[in-house]
Amino acid sequence: METFASLVPLVVIFPAIGLSINLFLGRYLSERVIGAIASGAAGLAFVVSLTMLIAMTGSNYEGFVVNPPILSSFIYIPSAAIDIGWQMRVDTLSLTMMMVVTGIGTLIHIYAIGYMHGDPRFARFFVYLNLFLVFMLVLVTGNNFLVLFVGWEGVGLCSFLLIGFWFDKKKGVGWKNSNAARKAFIVNRVGDFGLLMAIFLMFWTFGTLDFYKPGEVLHIEEKKAAVNDGTVLAGYSEGKEPSKGPMGVFGQTEKWLKEGGHIVNFGPFSLPFETVVTLITLFMLVGVTGKSAQIPLFVWLPDAMAGPTPVSALIHAATMVTAGIYLITRSSVLYHAAPFSSAIVTIVGATTALMAGFVALGQWDIKKVLAYSTVSQLGFMVAAVGLGGYAAGMFHLITHAFFKALLFLGSGSVIHAVEHGHHHVAHEKHAAGHGDGHGGHDDHAEEEEFDPQDMRNMGGLRKKLPLTYALYLIATLALAGIFPLAGFWSKDEILGKAFNAAFNDGKFEGFYALVLLLIAAGFTAFYMWRQIKMVFLGQPRTEAAANAVGTGPVMYLPLVVLGLLTVFGGLMNIPLGVNLFGWPNESLVLWLEHSVPYTKGLEFNLFLALVALAVAGVAILMANSVYSPSPLTARGKDKLEANASTRQAFRLANAKLYWDETYSRLIEQPYNRLSQWLANKLDWEFWHDRFHHTLFRDLYNRLSEFLAKPVDRGAIDQGFNNVGRGVQELGARLRQTQTGYVRTYVFTMLVGVVIVVLILLFPLLRQLLSQ
Amino acid sequence: MQPPAVAIDYFIVLSAVLFIMGVLGVLVRRNAIMIFMSVELMLNAANLSLVAFARQWGNMNGQLAVFFVITIAAAEVAIGLALIVAIFRSKKSIDVDELNMMQG
Repeated sequence: METFASLVPLVVIFPAIGLSINLFLGRYLSERVIGAIASGAAGLAFVVSLTMLIAMTGSNYEGFVVNPPILSSFIYIPSAAIDIGWQMRVDTLSLTMMMVVTGIGTLIHIYAIGYMHGDPRFARFFVYLNLFLVFMLVLVTGNNFLVLFVGWEGVGLCSFLLIGFWFDKKKGVGWKNSNAARKAFIVNRVGDFGLLMAIFLMFWTFGTLDFYKPGEVLHIEEKKAAVNDGTVLAGYSEGKEPSKGPMGVFGQTEKWLKEGGHIVNFGPFSLPFETVVTLITLFMLVGVTGKSAQIPLFVWLPDAMAGPTPVSALIHAATMVTAGIYLITRSSVLYHAAPFSSAIVTIVGATTALMAGFVALGQWDIKKVLAYSTVSQLGFMVAAVGLGGYAAGMFHLITHAFFKALLFLGSGSVIHAVEHGHHHVAHEKHAAGHGDGHGGHDDHAEEEEFDPQDMRNMGGLRKKLPLTYALYLIATLALAGIFPLAGFWSKDEILGKAFNAAFNDGKFEGFYALVLLLIAAGFTAFYMWRQIKMVFLGQPRTEAAANAVGTGPVMYLPLVVLGLLTVFGGLMNIPLGVNLFGWPNESLVLWLEHSVPYTKGLEFNLFLALVALAVAGVAILMANSVYSPSPLTARGKDKLEANASTRQAFRLANAKLYWDETYSRLIEQPYNRLSQWLANKLDWEFWHDRFHHTLFRDLYNRLSEFLAKPVDRGAIDQGFNNVGRGVQELGARLRQTQTGYVRTYVFTMLVGVVIVVLILLFPLLRQLLSQ
Repeated sequence: MQPPAVAIDYFIVLSAVLFIMGVLGVLVRRNAIMIFMSVELMLNAANLSLVAFARQWGNMNGQLAVFFVITIAAAEVAIGLALIVAIFRSKKSIDVDELNMMQG
């Protein structure tokens, strides 16, 4: 296995090579070649991941720390106390993430070749996509919180670049896109502050940021007979003494918790170790709420849908936003040691799930619905990891990646089809004047407002896009949690975890999560079926929808693959107590327990599963009856809005619960006012006008005036003038003596001689006189 | 050494009288030739005192100096007369009061 583990740098290097080629040569290459290079790079990374995965299943599942040859020696972060090198960790958890990132990534690359066809910045798009893969893989393979942070920031950058990819669209849309990009970036900075604080705290506490040191083995302490509650405890040692050498963050945590009474000294004060772990995990949660779009920092994700749809699928649904779940799962040792933080995590996740599910009920934009759905599902995952269900969270992460990517790609096909249908209609209208109606899709200028993402403009698309419809339906049912699709198993696992926490452990947060998540599951089914009704069923409501144009195979292939994964993805983690033709149970739990301590499997709870299924089924039936037979007119009211009893709720959901407005009022406006005050009053009036003017400018002026007038003009100039004038006057006087007559000179000389002689004779004269 | 036949005081007084006559001549005369001659008078007054002292002290140094003075006086006459001729050619006069171009 170790030989295969050392392949891991290739996972990062392949996309890096791909992006380099497209970056430097992209302008000379055709779309086909660019797409092939980018997809090939992603595909090769996937193949490497798959190789390592297969090698891992053939070994004892031990994790390895890999120093990338050559690269590790010069890619490192030097700091005062330690030099942090680019170390990579290959274990079951990072491999899982690698598989998701490269697998979904490859499919979406292929899809994007079709979707981005004809875009003037085709090559740049694929450079960004590959760059995203590089950073995401750095994030998940890093063996160090700082390396993870590098990836964390890198994916944030790519997210920014790709959300604002169409920054130059006309009619103010470009502004909206780039504002969305900025919003995502800035909101994420808030979260990154939390993660950075957690990293600083960890560095101070542990003196290292490594997850595990090379050779450090995560020992499985106790593996109970898997039947009773399926608890698998991974602990520090297996009756062995701890290794003598230095340990990583998690090893030290385990050791200190076992020893107990450890105090962390912060200079002026000190805290017990358990409190410090709680602080670390809470700060980490701030980072998670930013990246994984949880309350209170989720507001960027719905706006992030401004990016091209493949980006929404890859970054803002399947991979990047799950980085927070990965982070918590990776830090499971810390979260296990901080029950308070875990409870907060659960509450945040469950609240987000319910809130976002509610908002999704009232959205018109096909991608906005999916965006809020993503926020909601991320809330499910966060709640799961908060309840200690690390495997359940990861399981939902994977299945959600499948069906949410499928939904986004499907919605991309729908938007693509409607947009082209709209162009088609527009061209036919123009045809009379232009003669040739097939001049390309570029002449948007004279077209009236048409939003190809607005579901009110769709309807009846099942006839135009039958395959997309079928796949979209599968993904919708999976997301709603209908048996036997992938979403059913993963969502049930999370609900089961909450059920267990509530009724077996009597935890408040378990009960809270169970209630909220069940309601959210109902919302999920309702808004997804509403979407199906509005988009695919009924009659076309616009000419564009009636003339929708289907897409080519390059865009269908990824959809089909994702559809298969959506159907069969649940097989990777069939819960205990379910006999599905002898298929192995809990594969994912057993797989992850080798790298995620304290991960727990769960026995299948038939009662809960039936309840969840009933909730979803009832919600779908309700949506079906509400939006039948004719869902909507093009600009009409929603059925929920038309109904007096639900009008208020719908309007609230349609307004997105006024989160943006609240933030605007609570943060943006005070911030703007504060900065205006700082700029106008403090900086301009006080600092500039008062301080600079009085202290510097006036003082300077007075000083220079003093130097100029009395000193320079007065003393110095007058002094020199007087000297000059004096010399002149003296000269004028002395000139009088120059008569020009020889005798004057001679007489002067004579007088001089007489004086000199007298002086010379003076001693003699005195002598004579004294006698 | 024989005592001098004539006391030195006479020589000195004569020399002083001659010198004062020369000085007055230079001061009051306007004719360049006359000024020139007055200068010669002063030189020879000095020569006389030098020779007188030489005789008084029995030292030949004074007489030696007189030869030098006579030599230089001869050279001076040559240059001086040449200058006067040149001045006369330009001014048609040798009145020194007319040579007052250097007046301040």
